Amino acid sequence: MSKKIPIAEGLFTWPSDNPALLGSRCQECGIAEFPRKLSCPACGSENVVSEELPRRGKLWTWTIQGFMPKKPYLSDETPETFRPFGVGYVELPGAVCVESRLLENTAEDLKIGMEMELVVGTYRHDEEGNEIVGFAFKAAN
Amino acid sequence: MDVAIVGIGIHPFGRTPGRSGLQQGAYAARQALKDAGVEWKDMQFGFGGSASAGSADALVNELGLTGLPFINVANGCATGGSSLISAYNAIKSGEYDIGMVVGFDKHERGAFNADPKQMGIGEWYGEKGLMITTQFFAMKIQRYMDMYGISRDTLAKVAQKAFMNGSMNPNAWRRDEIPLDEIANSFMVSDPLTKYMFCAPGEGGIALVVCRADKAKQYTDKPIYLKAAAFRSRRFGSFEVFAPSQALQQVDGPTVDAASAAFEMAGVGPKDIDVMQLQDTESGAEVMHMAENGFCEHGEQEALIQAGETRIGGKMPVNTDGGCLASGEPIGATGLRQVYETCLQLRGNAEARQVPNDPRLGYTHVYGAPGISAVTILQR
Ligand SMILES: [Zn+2]
Repeated sequence: MSKKIPIAEGLFTWPSDNPALLGSRCQECGIAEFPRKLSCPACGSENVVSEELPRRGKLWTWTIQGFMPKKPYLSDETPETFRPFGVGYVELPGAVCVESRLLENTAEDLKIGMEMELVVGTYRHDEEGNEIVGFAFKAAN
Repeated sequence: MDVAIVGIGIHPFGRTPGRSGLQQGAYAARQALKDAGVEWKDMQFGFGGSASAGSADALVNELGLTGLPFINVANGCATGGSSLISAYNAIKSGEYDIGMVVGFDKHERGAFNADPKQMGIGEWYGEKGLMITTQFFAMKIQRYMDMYGISRDTLAKVAQKAFMNGSMNPNAWRRDEIPLDEIANSFMVSDPLTKYMFCAPGEGGIALVVCRADKAKQYTDKPIYLKAAAFRSRRFGSFEVFAPSQALQQVDGPTVDAASAAFEMAGVGPKDIDVMQLQDTESGAEVMHMAENGFCEHGEQEALIQAGETRIGGKMPVNTDGGCLASGEPIGATGLRQVYETCLQLRGNAEARQVPNDPRLGYTHVYGAPGISAVTILQR
């Protein structure tokens, strides 16, 4: 029986029915960062705490990755099955801009300022057939 | 004590199968020495760097074991700029009279491969296909175009101009002009940037002989004075490559900071500059760097580029040697290439691509990962 394994520990709440990305927030200057860090990138303080980041935000910028990346890229694809994928930054209100893959992958479907929402789901499979779970954003309904 | 450049040397950029990166550096060094009318044993110090072609200080094995202090510099795309700044400070301190700055490289074909762990980022980031510099450049210009009304046609025109200038530069890698529609319709690497809008890792070498300004006329009748050399790294809130997240509030990037420091140091302003070499890793970078360095307001690039003002003969000639787009990017040499070209322009020796009306002040700018920038201002 295959298992679901998160792509990295501590990136998002897991296991969870409604996962959220996990960031750290500086208690001195209020700056948030993703993923969680042990100190604040703005002021260097170590007084940071973990918090769940908003699941929705606005698309800040985007591009489309046109060619299959070399290592360290790891996916279920082959050069034959590779399809260009969207990448962008999503502005999570009151928190931080997070870089993410986007489920949309054409210029027609992407526009700066559009509303996006978090999706946590299977990204690829490992050698034992387990599902490696990652995060992405998609256009919000 | 002011600092002057009295000798310049170049090994042609592009691909030279029979010659190592180190040999290309030595080739450039010998040319620079000859240009200044000096010998290697006259050099009191050396600063140099290469990212993929071995230690720069191994040059002493090629040029002669004279006992000089040679310091290796490794600072990504700003390696050349950092070497020059180190030499500038060494001479300004009064410790040395004359020395050499050299940069060379030889990279494998294809995009640079980055390792997330080296940058302190989790492996998931690379696994998901986000550890790719071209995405960053595309996302930065994508937002910039949206904010300031820069068109896709303008991006293509930047590349077209680069290849046009490269066609007049015997040391450039790409020396054939490419039609505008071919640039615009080539493979979309990362929307909005196509294949011909990106530079590629390449090979080449540059060397400069620098000395105290009061001794410059001993070596040349056309010394070029280094009026400013400034280097800055990113502050919190600037949008940079390899960032899994970034601040909600943006601040100016290191280019803006390095540029204003350099203008202040030189006591001149952007309007005084006659010829400029700006980091053009891709077309969008050149557009944004025009404004970040202070040469125009954000958004004015659209009209300036459409009117041809950044061409040789225009109001503000940018990347007269074809830039990174036509020369490729050998990391250790790329910043020094800009200085080499500026020296040629200010000496009046740039031949087919000479900027008219005897340019007096030149400007160079490099930008690189993970958010560093070096600027120089040169005067004849
Ligand atoms: Zn803080």
